[in-house]
Amino acid sequence: MGKRVLITGLGSFWGGRMAQTLEADRDVDHIIGLDVEGPKVPLERTEYVRADQSYSILARIVKATQIDTIVHTFLVVDSTHMSGRQLHETNVIGTMNLLAAAGAAESSVRHIIVKSSSLVYGSSMQDPAWFRETMQRTAPPVSRVERSLVEVESYLRDFAVDNPHVTVTLLRFANVLGTDIVTPISKALETGVAPAILGFDPLMQFVEEDDVIRSLHFAFDRQLQGVYNVAGDGRIPWSEVAHICGVRLVPMLPPVLTGLTAGVLSSLGLTDLPPELLDLLRYGRGIDNRKLKAAGFRYRWTSAGAIESFAQARRLRRSVGASRPAYTYERDVENFFRRSAAVVRRPAET
Amino acid sequence: MEPIRRQGALVPLRRPEEPSAPLSDPRLSDVDEWGRSEHIRELARRLYDPIYRHWFRAEWEDLEKIPTEGGALLVANHAGAIPSDAPAIMHGIETELSRPVYGMADHMFKGMPVVGTLWSRAGGVAAHPENAYRLLREQGQLALVFPEGTKGPGKTYSERYQLRRFGRGGFVEIAMRAGVPIVPIAVVGAEESMPTLFKVPGLARMLGVPYVPITANMLMFGPLGLLAYFPAKFRFRVLDPVRFDVPPDQERYSKSRIMDAAEDIRVDLQETLYDMLRQRRSVWF
Repeated sequence: MGKRVLITGLGSFWGGRMAQTLEADRDVDHIIGLDVEGPKVPLERTEYVRADQSYSILARIVKATQIDTIVHTFLVVDSTHMSGRQLHETNVIGTMNLLAAAGAAESSVRHIIVKSSSLVYGSSMQDPAWFRETMQRTAPPVSRVERSLVEVESYLRDFAVDNPHVTVTLLRFANVLGTDIVTPISKALETGVAPAILGFDPLMQFVEEDDVIRSLHFAFDRQLQGVYNVAGDGRIPWSEVAHICGVRLVPMLPPVLTGLTAGVLSSLGLTDLPPELLDLLRYGRGIDNRKLKAAGFRYRWTSAGAIESFAQARRLRRSVGASRPAYTYERDVENFFRRSAAVVRRPAET
Repeated sequence: MEPIRRQGALVPLRRPEEPSAPLSDPRLSDVDEWGRSEHIRELARRLYDPIYRHWFRAEWEDLEKIPTEGGALLVANHAGAIPSDAPAIMHGIETELSRPVYGMADHMFKGMPVVGTLWSRAGGVAAHPENAYRLLREQGQLALVFPEGTKGPGKTYSERYQLRRFGRGGFVEIAMRAGVPIVPIAVVGAEESMPTLFKVPGLARMLGVPYVPITANMLMFGPLGLLAYFPAKFRFRVLDPVRFDVPPDQERYSKSRIMDAAEDIRVDLQETLYDMLRQRRSVWF
């Protein structure tokens, strides 16, 4: 019998990508996607269920569909497009409802995969160069997105202890760059200006968006248990990131009163740098990716490779614009072949 | 003859994820994972070499005791209001043995604009036990630590060459975990290169720094005294490497063993310093 998978945040970038990947997996029989808004990518056999932000209907869906795997992609790690309350609702309350549904008596759920972020490690002066999965952050979380993620992870730990029959995978991703993903960092680089704090050139680490999806699928496929860091090899100085992307490094933020200046710049609409990114631009961060490698995962991109992937996509966008009409054309043709009554179907093809 | 047939049920083989061809890594600088750039280090060596040779006229004794390969934890006494010993030791070993030395210092450096970045590019690493372990155990590098911490350079001239407490012996525990020897280095000259006459504790508290020194250099050269060292003669003596008869990678090591070893090294270093001072005829030559 194949897997029955539920994806949260189907309308988000990651939820949509994950659904596409699972659709290609023959071991998956049913894919159900939850979100407040519909999927933005073409999907064939994923069923979309409109849900409220905190997934209060989740328990009923799990019960009705006998889901065995939940892929929780919808933890918000970018605080720039969401209010503090919404963020809390989505991350903390959403995860609580999800875990409540998964841990209910006679629940069919046996595997939960959560897409978290290296933001849980923070970024501070006392940090080691590399964080391993067992290590704690050195400074208490100050930004609301970090606080919510730390809270979510603590719920997840409790859940794993209370439900030993459920495999719990927690993946902590480094900052993502790639061909399509939009993050505060990619937005800043896209404008042709890399904002920097005067006198600081932190070492950053990135993971390519395809490696994000591949690692989520890897965790699904191999039933990984526990916490894993996901990040490309190497740490790259921020100045070199700008260099690879071919953008100008502008130390527009002073080393003191950095937050205040960032606030002013953001209200002028010049940049949009959340507090957790300001810490990163000062101290950088490294997470040790060897545990996932030891589990058998093969990365396709290093940190520098992920930056290069973004840089190439950016150059393409600058030449041909953000839309790529060829794709919709292909999809329309595919839909025609699949659905039209005019297409003659031979039994062997079904 | 018939080929031998294998018996038994077929087990579906798990396809290897991907062929493990080397990934493309389009780097544009030589900054390593610690922030060290050999290019900048080379530049620093070229600029510092005249100071090392002609100003401090540094001399080494028993340099051959420093391992030419494999990890080792170098420990030294720490002195001078703005310590002049770390760059001199790093420079000396890098030029003489042509192997990199990572200088471990307080996290405080990381928070300083410009200085922190330059320090990191020039081979400085924050003194976190995990950093030291990775450098020593996994990468087989030389790491330099000053177990006195800021208490060493924070002492006044009247207390010169009196070693402070060696922390809580954390450096010994790291060497045990990493399975590397500790190589103590006694330094004479740094104390006199920038002597602290007195300190301003109130200002230090206000600025949030360990100490604010008023140095003889400042009295002599004014604000320039922050940069201008006196040309004291630098002498380094490398002591016998200390090896620990314990297995590496243990969860914990006996605290008393650690404290004893740390104290032994401190006493050795202190005795060596006294010996070097007994033989020193002049601070300057």
